[in-house]
Amino acid sequence: MMRIIVTGALLSLAGCQGIQSPLAPGGDQAAALHSLFLLMMGVCGVIYMLVLGGLGWSLWRARSASDAAVVPERGLWAVAIVIVVGLTVLIIGSFVADRAVFASRAHGAMIVRVTGHQWWWRIEYRDPATGRWIETANELHLPRDRTTRLALGSADVIHSFWVPNVAGKLDMIPGRRNILDLTPRRIGWFRGQCAEFCGTQHAHMALDVKVESAAAFDAWLATQARPAAAVASRGAAVFAGPCAACHTIRGTGASGRAGPDLTHLAARRSIAAGTLTMTRGNLQGWIAQPQALKPGTAMPSVPLSGPDADALATYLERLR
Amino acid sequence: MRPEQTRLDRLSLTWRDPPGLWGFLTTVDHKRIAARYIVTALLLMFLAGMLALDMRWQLSTPENVRMGPQLYNESFSLHGSTMLFLVSVPVMEAMAFWLVPLMLGQRNMAFPRLGAFSYWLYLGGVLTLWISHALDITPDLGWFEYPPLSGPAYAPGHRADIWAQMITFTEVAALAASVNVAATILKMRPPGMTLARMPVFLWAMLVASIMTILSMPAIMLVTSMLIADRLVSTHFFSPAGGGDVLLFQHLFWFFGHPEVYIIFVPATGFVSAIVETFSRRPLFGHSVIVLAILSIGALAFGLWVHHMFAVGLPRLGNNFYTAASMAIALPAGLQIFCWIATIWSGRPWLATPMLWVIGFVTTFVIGGLSGVMTASAALDLQLTDSYFIVAHFHYVLVGGAMFPLFGAFCYWYPKATGRMMSERWGRIAFALIVGGFNLGFFPMHLLGLLGMPRRVYTYPAGMGWERLNQVATLGSVIAVAGGLVFVANALVCYWRGAPSGPDPWGGSTLEWAGEAPAPSWNLAYTPMVDSLTPMWNGAAPLRVADGVAIERREVLITSVTDADPLYRQKSASPSIWPLLSALAVSVMFIASIFTPWAIVVGAVPIGAALTGWFWPQRPRRNRG
Amino acid sequence: MTTSPPRPFEVVADLSSLPSGAIGARHLVWWGNIGFMVIEGTGFALAAAAYLYLMTQSAVWPPAGDALPGLLWSGIFTAALVLSTVPNLWVLCCARAKKAAAVRWGMAGLVLIGLVLMALRGAEFAHLGVRWDRDGYGSVLWLLLVLHTTHIVTEWAECAVQAVWLFTHEIGDDQFSDVEDNANYWSFVVLTWLPLYALIYWAPRAL
Repeated sequence: MMRIIVTGALLSLAGCQGIQSPLAPGGDQAAALHSLFLLMMGVCGVIYMLVLGGLGWSLWRARSASDAAVVPERGLWAVAIVIVVGLTVLIIGSFVADRAVFASRAHGAMIVRVTGHQWWWRIEYRDPATGRWIETANELHLPRDRTTRLALGSADVIHSFWVPNVAGKLDMIPGRRNILDLTPRRIGWFRGQCAEFCGTQHAHMALDVKVESAAAFDAWLATQARPAAAVASRGAAVFAGPCAACHTIRGTGASGRAGPDLTHLAARRSIAAGTLTMTRGNLQGWIAQPQALKPGTAMPSVPLSGPDADALATYLERLR
Repeated sequence: MRPEQTRLDRLSLTWRDPPGLWGFLTTVDHKRIAARYIVTALLLMFLAGMLALDMRWQLSTPENVRMGPQLYNESFSLHGSTMLFLVSVPVMEAMAFWLVPLMLGQRNMAFPRLGAFSYWLYLGGVLTLWISHALDITPDLGWFEYPPLSGPAYAPGHRADIWAQMITFTEVAALAASVNVAATILKMRPPGMTLARMPVFLWAMLVASIMTILSMPAIMLVTSMLIADRLVSTHFFSPAGGGDVLLFQHLFWFFGHPEVYIIFVPATGFVSAIVETFSRRPLFGHSVIVLAILSIGALAFGLWVHHMFAVGLPRLGNNFYTAASMAIALPAGLQIFCWIATIWSGRPWLATPMLWVIGFVTTFVIGGLSGVMTASAALDLQLTDSYFIVAHFHYVLVGGAMFPLFGAFCYWYPKATGRMMSERWGRIAFALIVGGFNLGFFPMHLLGLLGMPRRVYTYPAGMGWERLNQVATLGSVIAVAGGLVFVANALVCYWRGAPSGPDPWGGSTLEWAGEAPAPSWNLAYTPMVDSLTPMWNGAAPLRVADGVAIERREVLITSVTDADPLYRQKSASPSIWPLLSALAVSVMFIASIFTPWAIVVGAVPIGAALTGWFWPQRPRRNRG
Repeated sequence: MTTSPPRPFEVVADLSSLPSGAIGARHLVWWGNIGFMVIEGTGFALAAAAYLYLMTQSAVWPPAGDALPGLLWSGIFTAALVLSTVPNLWVLCCARAKKAAAVRWGMAGLVLIGLVLMALRGAEFAHLGVRWDRDGYGSVLWLLLVLHTTHIVTEWAECAVQAVWLFTHEIGDDQFSDVEDNANYWSFVVLTWLPLYALIYWAPRAL
């Protein structure tokens, strides 16, 4: 009951669907933390009321009482016992939740490598057919009811992986690899965001997360594993110029590694780590004026003629 | 009896500063130095508050273009660094400088010139940071600048160096101040003030000073290592070169966690003093409160890892730190119980200082409880680095330390100025600040729980964050308005306030024994103490001792535990050397941003200045 | 609220018979000195902790390709530093006994010993076997040694200034006390070196 009231009140206050909230858990790890949160809120709420009540009573009593009183020493003991009992409950609760979150359940789990960059996410899955690593960016797909093990790393500075509906955050630290298991239970889109300040565009380092049925996920992964169709269009030629130095499109000559892999760019939901929704207009705007939309990004402005820009957008739109 | 006028004249002659600017530059009067500290810190609090308002403006609507990312990042870095390093810690030291000798019935601090040096060096740190800001080399990586982001590869230019060196300034100043305060409290208590008869305020200042001494070397070390990585290519924090980025975080938080308590513990001293006086009964549970302060001081050194729960350290260790962090709620809770019990059993008088205590309890406890929540290694993974943590530490630092500070300011204002602040405007300021603060910061808990990360300069529409951000902005505007009322009240009453007399509140401790405003020599005689509340002796004359010289600067030194009189110590006279030494040190610090040789070359003027400082004035040797 | 004059006094004791100086822990400055020693000692301890931390993060220590630090000059330095305790303590005793001439010449001797120590330290740096910018090991090694060397240099400078003053002035009680504080600081510099020496030279060999 309490759970429904607290969560409902907060979400209605926010007036949104809670796609980036620890209060709307969509997976085992987030659910364990959510239960712990409610326990904490309960215990802390009671303690706060006791303190306020004590203070209010003291001020009220002092107004009405004519003379000073003696504080019974046992009051001190009572308070100490209440605090110790409360803390013990919370410490045990915390320990239990910690066990639930980090319980090793990943026997044979699919491993996904997620690497933080200033300011985007490199995501690598293993192709089940060939065993090779295949790459995508800024959009993580997870099968429902299976445990996926993320291997988190960083290519430059410290970032932090946080998709609150699915699990708590874990830092991505250069020179180290952190392991985070995710067991999502609810189908839908969620949103994550870098949670450790990582420089100028820390605010625009978001991540779309799609939890889907196992079958849909397998189909998606099979699509991702395929290279792009080789086409001899004007757009492809434009891309091979300035873009290919930093971006890879598998199946073509473009094999730059500095920026995100664009092999299936148009199948993604957003551009530039959640900065813009994926539309043709946004795509063209992003290519023409990245520094205006995301000041500081490593993506340079690419001056193109009108026909070239159109052709490039058409080419990219077909990368599904 | 009352002291004879000739004695007071003689004391004034002995303890006066030279007139004019020279006196301003050379003074070693603890009250003048402390007042400077406090004025500087309040000015900075205003400037950093303006930065906060600007940031709230930026965040009041999604995709706002009031600020770009660079300006926003500079703003929160400058706000945080100023508030923590240049306001909160120094202002607590300043309160100690001002109050400790008065509360001990002494004429000055243990090391008067060191006190002046502390202030000048602190001012050097202030100017380093804010002049850099004027020159557009503002630090832009937050108040803790984690490498590799702050390392040579990702932070070219000198922004990160300015930040690191500003810390060196303020920490050297703070360390010197802490040695000064600790030595004063340990060796200069009046006869009869045994450790058992020491007011809570002095315990709090002693513990905070010792914590400073043991924790601040960590940040001096770690910022020096960062500068070395940037300047002479060492590899402390570069994984590719065999260093480790987490070493920085361990050392930073080994300082950073105790720092929170270095700010909070003096505040418990203010609260204890105010609660006692305004409940008109001796503090309930004096020894419990003292033990609580001691255990907070000790526990604070075992908690630093709870700032690092999300970095992926071994889980078993994290659960240990969870238990240790939550354990601090026990002494903190017992303290709060003792204060409430004192009010319960006393006859409380709700003047403005006491209102601030009530504001403190109602606000700080929320911060304490959200602290218990973030102390959980598991739950912290959802809370840390979100707006929940922004709300939490503002509740702790503003509610837990600034509200008591404002109360202390109102409480001791008459002793410093001889005038009362307006009660009516004091209440208005109180209502605006406490109300505005809670309106501004409580919604941030909810924003964090709705997934808003900290340190973002903008956010997209449709996340459900707009309304709460607007409320937060409105609240901070109200709180700032209240702050302006508070300052205006203090300024107007400095000239127009009603005369206060020496002891307007009926205070319990020795600072209320002398005249107001306190004269340069503080008390005419050395007080003798036989209780925790020496001023509450039924209006009987205060028992004092004569014999400490009045025709030269002299103070009484007593033993550490029992405060038995040991000897009479010469006290330093005004001197320009602390200022010159601070200047020499400042030049060396700033030059060392650019070349390591500055340390070698800069040591020469520092050595010369220190030699001038400590060169004893004695007769020449008779070579006969 | 009352605006009465200050509380009247009753003089019940006279402190004018107290001495105007003290030695050892009774003296105020002794406590200031201890405060700064605790600060610096904490700095040393944390630097040592940083060394041990980096050591646990590395598979081999020193990292492959780094030479072990040389034992010869560091051994001579350490022996000389430990032996310097003898004249230092002698000066301390003379200061306590307030023997002016002995204190003057003792202090001059300590200045000379300090010069020798700095020369030996220079040789020690030259035989460290690794530069500070080679890797994390080199960085933290230099950190420890530079930290300690700054203490040797400041202690030497303090001795030199005191020696000049002592030879040119009449020595009062407070100055004997200063000499005593200086001697304590010398002992502090010696004592902090021993664990650092063990860490720098023997930890990579033993662990």
